[in-house]
Amino acid sequence: MSVVFRGGNIVTNEGVVHADLVVQGGQISEIGSGLAAKEVVDISGLTVFPGFVDLHAHLREPGREDTETIETGSRAGAKGGYTAVIAMPNTNPAQDNVPTIEFVRLQGQRAGLLEVIPSGCITMGREGKALAPMAELAKVGVKLFTDDGSGVQDPLLMRRAMEYSKELNVVLGQHCEVSSLTQGAVMHECGCSSDLGVPGWPSIAEELMVHRDIELARLTGARIHFLHLSTAGSVELVRQAKLDGLPVTAEVTPHHLSLTAELLRGFDATFKVNPPLRTISDIDALKAGVLDGTIDAIATDHAPHARRDKELPLDQAPPGMLGLETALGVTCAALDLDPLAIAQVMSVAPARIAGIADRQGNLPRVGVAANLCFVDLNATWMINPETMASKSTNTPFVGRRLRGKVVHTMFNGDLVVRDGEALK
Amino acid sequence: MKHIRSISEIGKAGVLAIVERAKQMSEINSRPVPKVPALRGKTVVSLFLEDSTRTRLSFETAAKRLSAETMNFSVSTSSVNKGESLRDTIETISDMGVDAFVVRHKSSGIPWQIEQWTDASIINAGDGAHQHPTQALVDCFTVSEAFGVDSFEGLTISIVGDIRHSRVARSNVEAFAMLGAKVIIVAPSTLLPPDVGHWPVTISNDIDDVIGTTDILYMLRLQSERMDQGLIPNLSEYGNRFGLTEKRVSQLPLNARIMHPGPMNRGVEMQVDPSHLSQSLIHRQVANGVSVRMAVLFTALTLNDDRDHAIQGLTKEAAQ
Repeated sequence: MSVVFRGGNIVTNEGVVHADLVVQGGQISEIGSGLAAKEVVDISGLTVFPGFVDLHAHLREPGREDTETIETGSRAGAKGGYTAVIAMPNTNPAQDNVPTIEFVRLQGQRAGLLEVIPSGCITMGREGKALAPMAELAKVGVKLFTDDGSGVQDPLLMRRAMEYSKELNVVLGQHCEVSSLTQGAVMHECGCSSDLGVPGWPSIAEELMVHRDIELARLTGARIHFLHLSTAGSVELVRQAKLDGLPVTAEVTPHHLSLTAELLRGFDATFKVNPPLRTISDIDALKAGVLDGTIDAIATDHAPHARRDKELPLDQAPPGMLGLETALGVTCAALDLDPLAIAQVMSVAPARIAGIADRQGNLPRVGVAANLCFVDLNATWMINPETMASKSTNTPFVGRRLRGKVVHTMFNGDLVVRDGEALK
Repeated sequence: MKHIRSISEIGKAGVLAIVERAKQMSEINSRPVPKVPALRGKTVVSLFLEDSTRTRLSFETAAKRLSAETMNFSVSTSSVNKGESLRDTIETISDMGVDAFVVRHKSSGIPWQIEQWTDASIINAGDGAHQHPTQALVDCFTVSEAFGVDSFEGLTISIVGDIRHSRVARSNVEAFAMLGAKVIIVAPSTLLPPDVGHWPVTISNDIDDVIGTTDILYMLRLQSERMDQGLIPNLSEYGNRFGLTEKRVSQLPLNARIMHPGPMNRGVEMQVDPSHLSQSLIHRQVANGVSVRMAVLFTALTLNDDRDHAIQGLTKEAAQ
């Protein structure tokens, strides 16, 4: 079975080329003009990207299948143009053991909509007390370890984790939050949190841990990836660390590029997220960080929650918001990126950080796996939570104009999304 | 005004109107039979999901004096203890046909969250550390009564204590400033909320700097758990630095007054017995609570009614 995508703008190493692209046997077999195949898909006006890679999604299975399953989360990802998603380990049970890791991967394969790549915990049960069996997990393919949901608080344990990770050639992802500074925090610490009478989450709680881990990277030589950075100070710390030649990488979420703490004034827990929405000047610094390469990747921190949980009082409602289906649209609405830059932050860099560049995050060329997405970069659109693929509806982007829409997604040579609809 | 939730929503005109209306209510309360039919046929639900004595009792008394039906909700005997969500509770009670919820909750923002689940009026009786608008209205009424003024222009009001965790402070700062007072908040930095440069206040860390020029010294309750949270070293150090002592009382200007929203922490912020102080307005605050809450209920519940009819109800001698 072969299919030709006719007349698209293909993002390649040589720039954006107007051409046809043929997929056969799960691989790109030809790129050129006047190509033919059994099946023809007209993609005039669409831009062809390598399938997006999300470094950061909560798929909630096992444990909270009422809010998302690996299948529904995969479908949400496929609709968002993703062909690979790193599943965060804060499941129940946590992904600190081989059976759970294999279960998550297998459920991903069963869904067959994209590659679900389980991350592993740094510490047992994400409790920050004892190291998880990282070598055992690395042996079954885990490349990224994180306690996401919380940061590793103890500097000694973090130092040991970094030393250990280095010999395994895996990367540690840190959720930077000094938890003693964020007790009971509901939102960014600012005039708004003071007006609302809720405990704030100060920027420094993130920046202290970014700084600590940069210094531990300097000491140990281990790779560290900073998850969902949210403050101007963090961007500056990472910028300096990269100038120093340290092996650090960083991601930012679409919501931290576009939404501010002021949205909490209505007490709507849809806007409660960790790290919290911050200020315009943080947004400006994060955008500058993406544009100058300080921030390597856009990651969703897709975090489905049941409506009844988000309807709890603001201080009790769980933090988190959906992201997989809106990531491209929000990012392109917030930032003026050319197609190569989009490919870089949405696909190439995250695949490299996750250690999966052998099969994901490759700009289209003959011979690479056909993980692709086809995007109408000029489309403006709005999200309708009722028609989302996710099992939950906690998107903060209702009523906002998004730019750039995923039209088709191809995973390992199979069209899994066509004209914006999931095919399975 | 359908909802009474925060001073900023009520606005200056609303604050003045409620204070004015409270004067009428106060007249009713001085009658031998302090009851009028103004809210006959209306149902008011007290939904107190956090402990309260004076606010709860004054709302219930206020509702009864206006002849409203009252429904009482107690957490310990309700389905909330069986895990019923706040949404289900609100929707269930609303289905019974109620006109107003008087809500107190330990979380900020509840009066805004529940708006989407009911058509009834929502009266905020205290939400977390956010707002306690009826306390601020009581205090405005009390100041107005004590000083014989409607405008607070020229008055200096110092609010002393745990501003950070106080919903009373947030509501009172807004209300006092709205009516023209110069407001000073006085606390150690650890008990001040961060980044409040936009509040209409002057900030002080020393009560002794402000006491000589203060017309109203408004003391806030200090809860002992602030010590465990590392916000103050211990209660006695706090009491020495910020408590009201005999010496400080003597430093107040001649006509100055002392207020406290209760409940008091004797020996901490109140190192003198206020009942011995001629300057104290604390009993007036409690007494005025009923009149002001009558004015609040009346304002919220007669919005869409035939106003003349309602006001007629107010002026009738007494309910039968």
